[in-house]
Amino acid sequence: MKHTMVALVEDRPGVLNRVASLFRRRGFNIDSLAVGTTEEAGISRMTIVVEDEGAGGIVDQVQRQLYKLIDVVRVEQLTSAEAVMRELALVKVRCTTEQRHALLDLVGIFRAHVVDVSPTTVVVEIVAAEERLSAFIANVEPYGVLELVRTGRIAMLRGERTTAQHPPVGEAEPDEVQRFHHESGRRPEGDLPYVSD
Amino acid sequence: MSQAQNGQRMSGADIVLESLKRIGVNVVFGYPGGVVLPLYDRFPAHPEVRHILVRHEQGGGHAADGYARAAGRLGCALATSGPGATNLVTAITNAMMDSVPTLFVTGNVARNLLGKDGFQEADITGITTPIVKHNYLVMRAEDLAYTFSEAAYIATTGRPGPVHIDIPKDVFQEETAFVWPERVVIRGYDPSPQPGPAQIARAAAIIDAAERPIIIAGHGVILSGASAELRAFAEKTGTPVLNTLLGLGSIPTDHALAYGLLGMHGSYEANHAASTADVVIGIGNRMDDRALGRFADFNPTAQVVHIDIDPAEHGKNITTVAPIVGDAKLALAALTAAVAQRTHVPWIRWIDDLRAEHAHSMAIPSGPELSVQQVVSRISAVNADDTVIVTGVGQHQMWAAQHMRFTHPHQLITSGGLGTMGFEVPAALGAQVARPDAAVWSICGDGGFQMTLQELATMVDEQLPVKMAIMNNGYLGMVRQWQELFYKDNYVSVAMSQPDFVKLAEAYGIMGLRVTGPEQVDDAIRAANAHPGPVILDFQVQAEGNVWPMVPAGAALRETVEAPREQQEVAR
Repeated sequence: MKHTMVALVEDRPGVLNRVASLFRRRGFNIDSLAVGTTEEAGISRMTIVVEDEGAGGIVDQVQRQLYKLIDVVRVEQLTSAEAVMRELALVKVRCTTEQRHALLDLVGIFRAHVVDVSPTTVVVEIVAAEERLSAFIANVEPYGVLELVRTGRIAMLRGERTTAQHPPVGEAEPDEVQRFHHESGRRPEGDLPYVSD
Repeated sequence: MSQAQNGQRMSGADIVLESLKRIGVNVVFGYPGGVVLPLYDRFPAHPEVRHILVRHEQGGGHAADGYARAAGRLGCALATSGPGATNLVTAITNAMMDSVPTLFVTGNVARNLLGKDGFQEADITGITTPIVKHNYLVMRAEDLAYTFSEAAYIATTGRPGPVHIDIPKDVFQEETAFVWPERVVIRGYDPSPQPGPAQIARAAAIIDAAERPIIIAGHGVILSGASAELRAFAEKTGTPVLNTLLGLGSIPTDHALAYGLLGMHGSYEANHAASTADVVIGIGNRMDDRALGRFADFNPTAQVVHIDIDPAEHGKNITTVAPIVGDAKLALAALTAAVAQRTHVPWIRWIDDLRAEHAHSMAIPSGPELSVQQVVSRISAVNADDTVIVTGVGQHQMWAAQHMRFTHPHQLITSGGLGTMGFEVPAALGAQVARPDAAVWSICGDGGFQMTLQELATMVDEQLPVKMAIMNNGYLGMVRQWQELFYKDNYVSVAMSQPDFVKLAEAYGIMGLRVTGPEQVDDAIRAANAHPGPVILDFQVQAEGNVWPMVPAGAALRETVEAPREQQEVAR
């Protein structure tokens, strides 16, 4: 079964490597991974589709392992019921002038767009949920698919809720947590020399 | 201590040393090289930071690890770029697996040479990413102070671990204003020490209903300083306590509820108690395969309560009905307040009966030949209770865990998760630096000792009176035991010729003692203690002793076997 996870991460060098390294090391299978900027400066958003071949439970473990990475701010699992999920693909299809009409019908049916035409080819752009996208590709296959590129799934919660509901800088730690670390001497505070026992 | 003013201009090298002081690092185990020369150049200007010159970076890394475990505070190692940095890799991984708060600092080539495969360049942050809690490549001198502050905070809070900072040569040389951060804020890091009340209540209800509860206390109890809380909890609930290897010392060996080590070489009664219990309470342990045996058959009917500050450990290996995310000290205090006072007399009697019936499987050989069991138990008996014990990895480590008395947290320093042979010498060095007034005994394998013996010279330089007891059986004992039991006595590459360890000691200018018979053991231990410097004791022990009891790899704890013949039946 495929699971969609959204991770908000600090936009720092090496963060993609940390996430990829974690998946490799723990033997989690990444089906797709899409990374980009967000509405908040300094935060990148990764949409990760994870294949869980076993009896389940892997996704929770992935989420917990991701949280162990210091640069990972928030991780959420999204279901198709509560989130919009889309993927973009560009498909270069072999298409003579005679075939173009029939192909354009398909493009219309799937609410895709033609973005480039040459005497022998057409490049189609399609934005859709994965199943519709795969169905489109299956339908144009007989024409001859010369090239295909897919972005991987991106997802967003429907309605008012957002994945970005994480504590802003300065409020990351409740007061009692700060007090605990301070009392046990585990927190550098001001000019005090720091001692960990 | 002289302190730099905020805003004072200084070089990156000075900022590094000033930052080390601010985070409480006053000892650095290091080895110089080209790109860290600007930093070494400034050490004399910061006498509060003591630099200890090791003989190999791996030794420096393990010394920082041993220092951190013995002192209960941050340990620090320093290396140059390229080979210096890659030599730290084993030590970093070791600290990661055992959750030891450590800071590893490496130099790298100058910024304009990064990524150009220049002399002594290694992508060391790329290499360490999977083996650290966090790492940094600091590209501007102005980021140094904040990075060190954040690194120390990350290394020592939550589940502790190694943090690595890589600094290009010209960043050491760059001049900027020193600004020490007022506080560290990391939005992606929540060390969560305070357990949630709902989790406590749920666990308390399960514990109150238990008829045969058992505690498995791990390293987390020691890391969080929760020994008193562990004792109070065990006593109030009348629950027997087992230890993982790294948990030894969290409760004194002679406490009425302490039942010692469980796992692959745990006692028969400990392993059967763990697999017979109706409630298993893990505290600061990671439910490791060496401790639990085959996960599916560990104890399928038990309800598992698991206190750990790292939520990723909950349910990772076994199903956990009541996870408690939090610091063991706080969680145990809250849990003790929430549970009912109980006793479990029949259950404890059942375990005690098992212990009596199976005492033979852990009996110390009485034969004319010297045995490791005998030596380690005498080292415990002759020395004071708070003697720091460091071990290598293998048979001697297991026998030390079985037969030595551990009464204090931070008393046993051993490589658990990674199982690093060669840990014993440098880690003992670090432990002695951390606790200059304590007696430090290192139980060494003859194989492991030879992996890192170069640090003898460091001990001489620093006048560290470590007592190294080499269990010399001429074999890689644990490998030989497995070849005997699981590979039909086909001994391949396990017999080792040894140098004359006494002459080796003399070559380093330290005391060497050879012990060949049981009657010489106590005198040798006392002679070593009476000597003010480091001592090597070459204990010539029986060649082919086996560690019993044993749970074969991949077997369940209840399949604990106690003798070779039975072992072979299981193998068939």
